[in-house]
Amino acid sequence: MNFETVVFYVFAALTVFAALRVITARNPVHAALFLVMAFFSMAGIWILLEAEFLAITLVLVYVGAVMVLFLFVVMMLDINLVRMREGLWRWVPFGAVLAGLMVFEMVWVLGSSDVSGGKAAVKHAADYSNTKELGRLIYTEYVYPFEIAAAILLVAMVAAIALTSRRRKDAKSQVIPDQIAVSKADRLRLIKMPTEKRAQEKLDSTAGVAR
Amino acid sequence: MIDLSDFLILGAVVFSTGVAGILFKQKNIINMLMAIELMLLAVNTNFIAFSHYRGDPAGQIFVFFILVVAAAEAAIGLAIVVLLFRNRRTIEVADWSELKG
Repeated sequence: MNFETVVFYVFAALTVFAALRVITARNPVHAALFLVMAFFSMAGIWILLEAEFLAITLVLVYVGAVMVLFLFVVMMLDINLVRMREGLWRWVPFGAVLAGLMVFEMVWVLGSSDVSGGKAAVKHAADYSNTKELGRLIYTEYVYPFEIAAAILLVAMVAAIALTSRRRKDAKSQVIPDQIAVSKADRLRLIKMPTEKRAQEKLDSTAGVAR
Repeated sequence: MIDLSDFLILGAVVFSTGVAGILFKQKNIINMLMAIELMLLAVNTNFIAFSHYRGDPAGQIFVFFILVVAAAEAAIGLAIVVLLFRNRRTIEVADWSELKG
């Protein structure tokens, strides 16, 4: 039993433990933190599979961004923990049987057959850069899917902001069509009022006398 | 010596955990989203294991795109959850039944 095998089994055990706690934890905050732990352990296994770039991306993007988003939402929403506990156990037997069957099937098939065809994994040289290889592929062969991915992220950002942004009811704002369509009669009111002629004349006459 | 099937069995176990999580947490939509993230993680692990054992980096490219789409899905899903909570004051899935589905 060499070092790699030990690392694999330790990380696999941690991942499965964290995954089980994610689905059994009562408190959503605990579930989110155990999901972070599952992501971390799985990132270790990905590094064992020589996918360093994706392992770092998993930690940075998932643990750093997506899980923080989850925690923000969990903490912002006022979740009633007492009500959530009711009826929690109704679906457990069904879910456990389903999941157990799926695991049993996969272990049966994968454990009995030699999936890798007796071929050992391709070990790369020490100076092989996984990030460089992925970057070369993304910017040459997969450049159009890459740009579509960028567009998807932009659309998701716009959609998330548009869905959650809320206008204040007392906010003041311009209504441009109304401003353009306004006519003179809406804004200007002409009123007739008598001019004070007499006072002016009196002033003039007194001025003439004085002169 | 770790075999390819070891990684695939790990992926299957984590995926089944996610499936069970969706059934366990039928009331809380945020826990359901977390179970979906677990399933995506298991799928990505399978992709990377195959990519490693077949010496083909295309599988890792696929995982890259899955990560992008999963991030977008989580952002929009959580935005919808916030919107529903603002309007209905609950995050229990059973209470959102306007569409009678």
